[in-house]
Amino acid sequence: MSGGLLFALGGIALFAIGISALVLRPHLLRKILALNVMASGVFLILVGGGSGVQGVDPVPQAMVITGIVVSVSATALGLALVLRIARMTGHASLPEDRNRAAAEAKAE
Amino acid sequence: MSGPSAQRPVLRAVLGLALLAVAAGLANALMAPSGFPNLTAAVDASLESSGVGNPVTAVLLNFRAYDTLLEMAVLAAALAGVWSLGRATPTLALRPSPVLVGLLRVLGPLFPIICGYLLWAGASQPGGAFQAGAVLATSAVLYVLLAREAGPRLPELPMRVAAVAGVGVFLAVGLAVMAAGGGFLEYPPALSKTLILAIETAAMISIAVTLAGLFLGGRPRSEP
Repeated sequence: MSGGLLFALGGIALFAIGISALVLRPHLLRKILALNVMASGVFLILVGGGSGVQGVDPVPQAMVITGIVVSVSATALGLALVLRIARMTGHASLPEDRNRAAAEAKAE
Repeated sequence: MSGPSAQRPVLRAVLGLALLAVAAGLANALMAPSGFPNLTAAVDASLESSGVGNPVTAVLLNFRAYDTLLEMAVLAAALAGVWSLGRATPTLALRPSPVLVGLLRVLGPLFPIICGYLLWAGASQPGGAFQAGAVLATSAVLYVLLAREAGPRLPELPMRVAAVAGVGVFLAVGLAVMAAGGGFLEYPPALSKTLILAIETAAMISIAVTLAGLFLGGRPRSEP
């Protein structure tokens, strides 16, 4: 197994971990962190998968540079939206998640 | 709020199984004999005509310049989104730490030199507009932290112009080479190094201003 493949498999694991946190964690800050973990997984898949016997492929590297900048700006926009939501509602989570948690607490 | 979905073990198990299936599918696609096409040879073959010697820069600004153009547009859109949510609020009313003041006194003059080097080196070595822009943005963020006492007061109009300069210059170059007879963003080989450097310089300034503007978390407070 080459080193690049190992990185790519690690990236797949990070991607899956990120999805699970995105789905399971109601706090919006955690959801943004989960998206970042998923993005890191995708970058690892691209760079790790692109490095083989022929050397490191520059095309996925260029895509990852582009992806990092897009990920940073998307994170900044997400954080600004979370701040806005927290200031307006007093909660850093979505109303659906809060309602469900309240309903589950009542059912117990 | 207690643990995430602690009362729903079945749903969690289903999610875990679905994620395992996704991971297995991805791993299977990755390990397939023809799973990951390698374009190293294709890039090397046409590197000579790209105007730069660094394959990553050649891909970013020549072979797949479309991606980079749209990325600059995404940056500008993110900045517009953050700035449209309101004005930057001075969140830290602390006096700047003497460590930060001393650090900036030492590092301040070095930042532009590092940026210029990274931008120029990007043509033949690792480096380029993104790295240079990130360094420039770091210096801007440090200066914003220094000025936090009175809240960030920055020139809003020049920042707006600088934030869209990258995508503007990129589009102008792309359309100009079209007018000269090529395709969109299809540089004539003799001019490609000059054009790529012009685009990279504008992109560096845009990236730096956009990242610093995103850090502010809102429009600069220069206007009443």
